[in-house]
Amino acid sequence: MTDFVHPALLFILGALPIAFLNGSIRKAYLVLVPTLAIIAVLTLQPGNYGAAQVIGQEILIAKVDRLSIVFATVFTIMALIGMVYALHLTRAGQHVAAFVYVGSALGVVFAGDYLTLYLFWEGMAFASAYLVFAQGGGQAIRAAFRYLMVHITGGVVLLGGIILHAVATHSLLFGPIEGGMGAGAYLILAGFLLNAAVPPLNAWLTDAYPEATVTGAVFMSAFTTKTAVYVLARAFPGTELLVWLGTAMALYGVIYAVLENDCRRLLAYHIVSQVGYMVAGIGIGTEMAVNGATSHAFAHILYKALLFMGAGAVIYVTGRRKLTELGGLYKAMPLTVALYMVGALAISAFPFFSGFVTKSMVVAAAGQDHRALVVLALTMASSGTFLHTGLKLPYYMFFGTDRGLAAREPPRNMLVAMAMAAVLCIAIGVFPQQLYALLPYPVDFEPYTGVHVTESLGVLMFTALGFVLFLRALDPENTISIDTDWFYRKGARYFMWLAEKPLARYEKAVSDVSETAALPLLHGAARAGLRVDLDGVDAVVNGVARSILRGGGALRRLQTGVVTHYALAMIAGVIAATAVFAVVWQ
Amino acid sequence: MIKSIVDFFGNEAYATRRRRLFYLVLILIVLADFLVFREHAEYLWDRVPGWSAVYGFLSCVLLIFVSKFLGHQGGLMRREDYYD
Repeated sequence: MTDFVHPALLFILGALPIAFLNGSIRKAYLVLVPTLAIIAVLTLQPGNYGAAQVIGQEILIAKVDRLSIVFATVFTIMALIGMVYALHLTRAGQHVAAFVYVGSALGVVFAGDYLTLYLFWEGMAFASAYLVFAQGGGQAIRAAFRYLMVHITGGVVLLGGIILHAVATHSLLFGPIEGGMGAGAYLILAGFLLNAAVPPLNAWLTDAYPEATVTGAVFMSAFTTKTAVYVLARAFPGTELLVWLGTAMALYGVIYAVLENDCRRLLAYHIVSQVGYMVAGIGIGTEMAVNGATSHAFAHILYKALLFMGAGAVIYVTGRRKLTELGGLYKAMPLTVALYMVGALAISAFPFFSGFVTKSMVVAAAGQDHRALVVLALTMASSGTFLHTGLKLPYYMFFGTDRGLAAREPPRNMLVAMAMAAVLCIAIGVFPQQLYALLPYPVDFEPYTGVHVTESLGVLMFTALGFVLFLRALDPENTISIDTDWFYRKGARYFMWLAEKPLARYEKAVSDVSETAALPLLHGAARAGLRVDLDGVDAVVNGVARSILRGGGALRRLQTGVVTHYALAMIAGVIAATAVFAVVWQ
Repeated sequence: MIKSIVDFFGNEAYATRRRRLFYLVLILIVLADFLVFREHAEYLWDRVPGWSAVYGFLSCVLLIFVSKFLGHQGGLMRREDYYD
């Protein structure tokens, strides 16, 4: 055990001192810990660490192999970049949350059993939710609660799946699901798909990420979906369902991105789209496809973080986030524009940028597997990717109509972090062999062939032609788009309305009957009857309706109460489990 | 240097030069696609030079108009206070 330092522990235990440090000491510390973690990951030897028995079950805290090392490498690099980007923050809260978040993500990546995986999984959900809460303001806090609600639900589904799976197979060890897919396996898959933001379980991402703090969103863009990609690659490679979900997802994100007006929500839809490539690659399941998905996750974390940092810099400087309110910033922030564009060219898969050498591996793997439709759909999605992140967003954010905004370059630490990510995006594109050497399987793929370069440039530059010709059709509009979060944001309200409406109609029917029946029969008593009806029956009916409404309201209050209690119980459970875990560790 | 490159893409003064450069690049790419050596063509479209240009352009147009159609006629786009 002495030769193994769990990188997750570095971050989670390392989060404690942050609150007691100040000024430049804290800054140095915030950079030091991720640097140590990178070294720890680079020196990791494949093997099993921390095997133990808990309540008669085999537990394996850390299983180190090639797949987990790739993800851990990029996670720790990303932690360093994200920390540099956030160095200017004066309050410790977000740093602590980010450390716990990164540590939990690393915990999931090394988890050798489902119990360890689940604990870190929940740790990620809570730590990342803080990064949304920290933004403050009603809008962000409501989004954060929705984010927590969805992830807690997903966590419960995952836990249910784990228990069923453990009962069926008598093992908690985390690995490829073998044999038939039982109910447990499907529940686990659903829990993983939720974190991978596969539609229709995607709305939490596009709902919450744009509401997070400028620095928090950078961390969020990197870890949650990519740990989900990792666990899918570990447990469900070659699952046919994933090919189609991934392909649909790649297009889904692109279609929504056309409609989007919020700069970071547009980027969030492109996370959905890009994770689609990875999910599809895992679904195809060949060595090349899994390599492609893994390398694409590696490249994606860096360029997506760079894009979020660029958009975050604009929000930090101008305080505005809607494309309809931005424009003309290129004169004041040329460095930000240039760095953002490196990320945009990388995500669009231009030659000599990182996306080119990774995305093409997924598409080529689909081609080798004789999936023509998948190849066409993924190529179309990459056209859309360039259209939005490479053309629409920079055009309306940095160029376009000059809104006369007072802008300047962001603080130096933000620029340095962006430059670090940009250098890596180009380095991976120019020297892909370094990344290929890290991948789980041997790589037999050459991205820089003449055909591939001209074909990619053809797709991309003629997308640009479409953009130039139909620019006006793309003008951002002051709207929001309905996604599947409609069901828990609006659908619940319609349900209440349905419950109320029949009651009102019943009341009306009762009074109608009493009016038409009473009038012709008793002229003299009509008025009296009517009065009785209006004052008595209606009052009773109204009273009943009102009390039922009130009851409904009370029920609603009770419900949210239960959810809060539930959340509290979860936190308590996680803390207790962590305590047990800490004891077992020794 | 970065500033002047960014300025080239933003400043209206360079609009004509920008457009000429853009069209030149488009022509060069299509030409290159005709000249490039096609080793193994798995699918029909792999054998057609210039296919990627056509497909890229059509994808772009399709995505713009299908999405906007879904947004406007399909009711996906709503006023900003829709959830309030």
